[in-house]
Amino acid sequence: MKILVGQGSCGIASGAKKTAAAFAEQIRAAEMDIPVDVTGCIGLCYLEPIVDIYDDNGQMTRYTKVTPDTAKLIFDAHIAGGVPYAPAVIPAAGQAFLDKQTRVVMKNCGAINPERIEDYIASGGYRALSKAMREMTPDQICDVVLGSDLRGRGGGGFPTGKKWVQVKRQSEPVKYVVCNADEGDPGAFMDRSIMEGDPHKMLEGMIIAGLATGAHTGYIYVRAEYPLAVHRLKIAIEQAKAHGYLGDRILGTDFSFDIHINLGAGAFVCGEGSALTASIEGQRGMPRVKPPRTVEKGLFEKPTVLNNVETFANVPEVILMGAEAFKSIGTPKNAGTKAFALTGNVNNTGLIEVPMGTTLRSVIFDIGGGVKNGKKLKAVQIGGPSGGCLTEAHLDLPLDFDSLEKVGAMIGSGGLVVMDEDTCMVSIARFFMNFTQEESCGKCVPCREGTHIMLELLDDIVEARGTRQTIETLLDLGDTICATALCGLGKTAPNPVISTITQFKDEYLAHVVDGVCPTGQCQAYRKYVVDEDRCVGCGLCRKACPVHAISGGTKRAHKIDTQICIKCNSCVGACKFDAIQIL
Amino acid sequence: MNKQKYMTINGEMVAFGDEKNILEVVRKAGIDIPTLCYYSDLSIYGACRMCIVEDERGGIMTSCSTPPKDGMTIFTNTPKLNKHRRLILKMLLSSHCRECTTCVHSGNCSLQILANRFGITDVKFDKSGKAFKDEYKIDLSSKSIKRDPNKCILCGDCVRVCSETQNVGAIDFANRGWNLEVTTAFHEPLSATECVNCGQCVSVCPTAALTVKPEFDKAWDAIHDKTKRTIVQVAPAVRVALGEMFEMETGNVMPLINAALRKMGFDEVYDTSFSADLTVIEESEELLRKLRQGEKLPLFSSCCPGWVSYAENRHPDLLPQLSTCKSPMEMFSSVVKEDAVLNPQLQLDPREPYVVAVMPCTAKKYEAARDELALEGQPRTDLVLTTKELAMMIRQAGIRFNELAPEAHDLLFGMYSGAGVLFGVTGGVTEAVIRRLIADKSNRSMNNTQFLGVRGLEGVKELTVPYEGREIRIAIVSGLKNADTLIRKIKSGEIYYDFVEVMACPGGCINGGGQPIANLAGREERAEVLYADDRLSEVRHSEGNPQVKVAYDRIIKDQQHRLLHVHYGR
Amino acid sequence: MEHKRDEHACAHCCGGEYAALDRVLDEYKDVQGNLIIILQKAQEIYGYLPRDVIKRISDATGHTQAKIFGVVTFYSQFRLNPIGKYLILLCQGTACHVSGSLAVERAICEDLGVKDKETTPDNLFTLNNVACLGCCSLAPVMMIKTGDSEETYGNLTPESAVEILEGIRRKEGLA
Repeated sequence: MKILVGQGSCGIASGAKKTAAAFAEQIRAAEMDIPVDVTGCIGLCYLEPIVDIYDDNGQMTRYTKVTPDTAKLIFDAHIAGGVPYAPAVIPAAGQAFLDKQTRVVMKNCGAINPERIEDYIASGGYRALSKAMREMTPDQICDVVLGSDLRGRGGGGFPTGKKWVQVKRQSEPVKYVVCNADEGDPGAFMDRSIMEGDPHKMLEGMIIAGLATGAHTGYIYVRAEYPLAVHRLKIAIEQAKAHGYLGDRILGTDFSFDIHINLGAGAFVCGEGSALTASIEGQRGMPRVKPPRTVEKGLFEKPTVLNNVETFANVPEVILMGAEAFKSIGTPKNAGTKAFALTGNVNNTGLIEVPMGTTLRSVIFDIGGGVKNGKKLKAVQIGGPSGGCLTEAHLDLPLDFDSLEKVGAMIGSGGLVVMDEDTCMVSIARFFMNFTQEESCGKCVPCREGTHIMLELLDDIVEARGTRQTIETLLDLGDTICATALCGLGKTAPNPVISTITQFKDEYLAHVVDGVCPTGQCQAYRKYVVDEDRCVGCGLCRKACPVHAISGGTKRAHKIDTQICIKCNSCVGACKFDAIQIL
Repeated sequence: MNKQKYMTINGEMVAFGDEKNILEVVRKAGIDIPTLCYYSDLSIYGACRMCIVEDERGGIMTSCSTPPKDGMTIFTNTPKLNKHRRLILKMLLSSHCRECTTCVHSGNCSLQILANRFGITDVKFDKSGKAFKDEYKIDLSSKSIKRDPNKCILCGDCVRVCSETQNVGAIDFANRGWNLEVTTAFHEPLSATECVNCGQCVSVCPTAALTVKPEFDKAWDAIHDKTKRTIVQVAPAVRVALGEMFEMETGNVMPLINAALRKMGFDEVYDTSFSADLTVIEESEELLRKLRQGEKLPLFSSCCPGWVSYAENRHPDLLPQLSTCKSPMEMFSSVVKEDAVLNPQLQLDPREPYVVAVMPCTAKKYEAARDELALEGQPRTDLVLTTKELAMMIRQAGIRFNELAPEAHDLLFGMYSGAGVLFGVTGGVTEAVIRRLIADKSNRSMNNTQFLGVRGLEGVKELTVPYEGREIRIAIVSGLKNADTLIRKIKSGEIYYDFVEVMACPGGCINGGGQPIANLAGREERAEVLYADDRLSEVRHSEGNPQVKVAYDRIIKDQQHRLLHVHYGR
Repeated sequence: MEHKRDEHACAHCCGGEYAALDRVLDEYKDVQGNLIIILQKAQEIYGYLPRDVIKRISDATGHTQAKIFGVVTFYSQFRLNPIGKYLILLCQGTACHVSGSLAVERAICEDLGVKDKETTPDNLFTLNNVACLGCCSLAPVMMIKTGDSEETYGNLTPESAVEILEGIRRKEGLA
């Protein structure tokens, strides 16, 4: 018998450590000898903490939302009593969430102990590396990766093999492999989960990249906000070295490769290639003009392979299954799977992996279990601050690089934020613009000045000062920023605004023409009025109003002067007769 | 031979060679592409996005960062580009200081010029009523440079020149996004940083965010002070650049400067080239003494105050090897004021002398105030004005500079040798010293010093000169980054020199921080003008200047050390 | 404020507290691209980056102070001022935003009387808005860090957030 407790960041945040301790305590008290092991995130974040109990016959029972108290009940019923504790067994929706996915990159996440290389090797780990070393030339490795149509999972979707070939071709002897693990998109955590759940897989991908391109040093640029991922990467690197997969003369060959970890110091823009390399170099993370490109002059001015975590984690699979088999997953030119972080107003939140080209409908309804609280789906923000929003009309759109680009959105890093009918799209656009303008490095004028002006214009709309002209100016600025900003992040910064204006023009017009926020989210559009039928004239609201906007005599219906009212809600709290209405 | 390469610009075939970017090709084709952050001397930054061009598929790229390709087709003036450029300008202007009417750069500001050129008439976007307000404190702490971050457009030119060219790095970017700013470490006053006052940042600043700290009011006060006898000295490099500020071709306008200074009300008008002759004599003696006595070499020149500050900050161990000679400006002021004390009967005027120095240099303002250079607790140079400030004063006085009749200097401190005037360009100090050292003082011999490898605007030059049976090894370096690289090699023992001439500004004083900005071609022209002034001088070597002997006999006498020498770093 | 910072600075130089920093400098001063690594380690030692520490790093590495200041102010991780005993990292990521993190922020700010990046006068709490903690399914989320521990709190409401802060105050015997 074996107990596995999922301990990714969100598992731990939900109390998984306490749950694991509770099991250990019970086992010790019962003087039994059952290992309580750690595993990564299975992706079912909304059901954390998750505990898998393997019976001696290999039968696995998955329990969800296991608190220390539940742990005791499970122990008594299942471990001591031999009967699964039904009330805590994973619900059908949760099982469906898992069953409807195709897990290639994350197949080990939630199944193996990420802190033990033996687990990874037992699941077929480092076989790709040994195949690449013993049976393939660097050219053949590049050919397979190129032929597999693997594209960069970090957002751009650039063919990975092409990048490798370009780096390999450079005559400069010193080259680098850099892994972008600076997952800064607010609402995405796929890379974190891979690093926490199966760190060796991406290490293996990086080593193969080094082998293919002739690089001998790798850097992982990982967010400092991911302490657990860093911790597990460090363990993984040490173990890989001890087992001869990393370091000098790997697997007894002449090939040596070393990997360093650099902690990102907190700047979204460092997800951009040249900003990321500048940051590893110890500089301010300001993107530079291209050419030269990163493959020619990247880190320390040397040719550099720069891919993200998920891309590298795909590489061992590509090598093992071969280009054709890999291409059989997904859609043409969009091979393989994609991990998405499914969050927002959706029933089943968490991390999912599906073949490229899976429809949005399948993701939200089949896997995600539909919109929370039975509300209507309004939009899905995809690709984070660089992406765009999709609506009901796009439910049958295949989620892949090319289809999304056609509708003005992008996969980006893979954040999928579901928004229900109560979400104001202007506020959402404002939220993203606020994010990008805060994270702009400030180097080029369109991004530095332009995003700030766009934010002020959105403030105008949200705060009820906007006009039709405001919307036109937003589109005008968006056009120039997209065309002229220096780096990819600047060029895509206006996307959320442009895309919400395109998809929800009426909602914008409702704000600026009709003076109404249809969802009632924008405070400035709220109107507080007294329901004269209910008001008894007690005067409590008048006394509570901090700006003296309410007038009225004793026992006579009161009135709110909307010009003075600051919409603070004080009167609503003060009224005992529910007489204050918000329109 | 390589095939000639062509690109099509606005439908016309344009040949190009080794231009590093499209922008250079387009400019050579006679089209003025707007930029706010491009200097060919500095690294490509690509922040202003004004230099965009369009290709035949409608793609937009910045011409500063894109290399030209054979067969390429681009357009520089399309509706799309025009729209983007106008909007970018409007974005910049919307957060920019609105005080154009009182701005010292009004009419001469790259941002204002482009705003006019593209017809930007309104600069407000939002309705929040947030207009630009002065958020940043103006930094007046430096003796030389005024820093007004409210006028900064964040092009980064100053940051790059300060680190790339000068290796000083006193200012850098801080914060990010909308809060990005160019500032010092911890927003300290500039005077508290390692700034060497070279003013190269002032030269490259496209707006008035970095300007020469203006002191012309003090000059007017002195001129109109009835108790003061105002004496003005003008440095060699001023004469080659001032004309440019009055729309004149680059040329020697010293005679017009003399006339202008007198019209403005200065009592006596002299030339710093005179005291440069004193410096040559003193510095040559010092070098020979050190050579003979086997003292630690190289001897470094010390007439450049930016370099002296740099040495104090970064290489204090070298200070004992800096020449003890005061700079020509300081020798001049010392000697002139000493004369007033020693020989009152010989003065034209009994009033208290007030010495104003017109310099191509911002660091001279700092030098003039240095305690080490004060005598009897008083600075000898009372006020330093830069070339740019002089131009402003000429305009303020309503003098039509280009219509003036040429006038000569006053005597005795207005006479100089050709060697003295060479101080204004990199290699000039060395050439003057060589002329002092060689025995044959014929005009032909003096003419031939130009062929020793001293001339040209390269950042580093090396030469050897035979002297009394041995060779003197010399390096000439301009730009502090070049100087630093050279010093590291000297310290490591990789190379050896007897004498090193250092000028902080690339090309020397002709390209000083107080001068109007010049590109490489402009600097070469200015150098040529100085070389011509030398060629046309009657006397070509310093000790041949007859007034030098008068100065030694009548003023300096045995006070050489007190009047002409200084020890830094004590 | 300036004066206060200097007092802190002085505590380091007078107490000879550079030993740990000097070890870091020895290890990394010749490593390519060392600056951010050194700054991160220095912040681990001092809790923030005092001026004298930056000066010392500048002297050892040759990076000018202006450059270091530029790097420090570029990245949100670095702090130039000491922080409170409890560092509140309040997630403002998309999922948290959609789930009401603004209301939580308002409640925290009101309760503590500070804004983002500020520290309470009793030096107990510092509030830091962060882009995303990566616990999106627990949104809205905050993480509270002390010198040796960190605790994540999910599914916050304005009321529960304030209650958590109250709990800490009680623990500290301040309520």
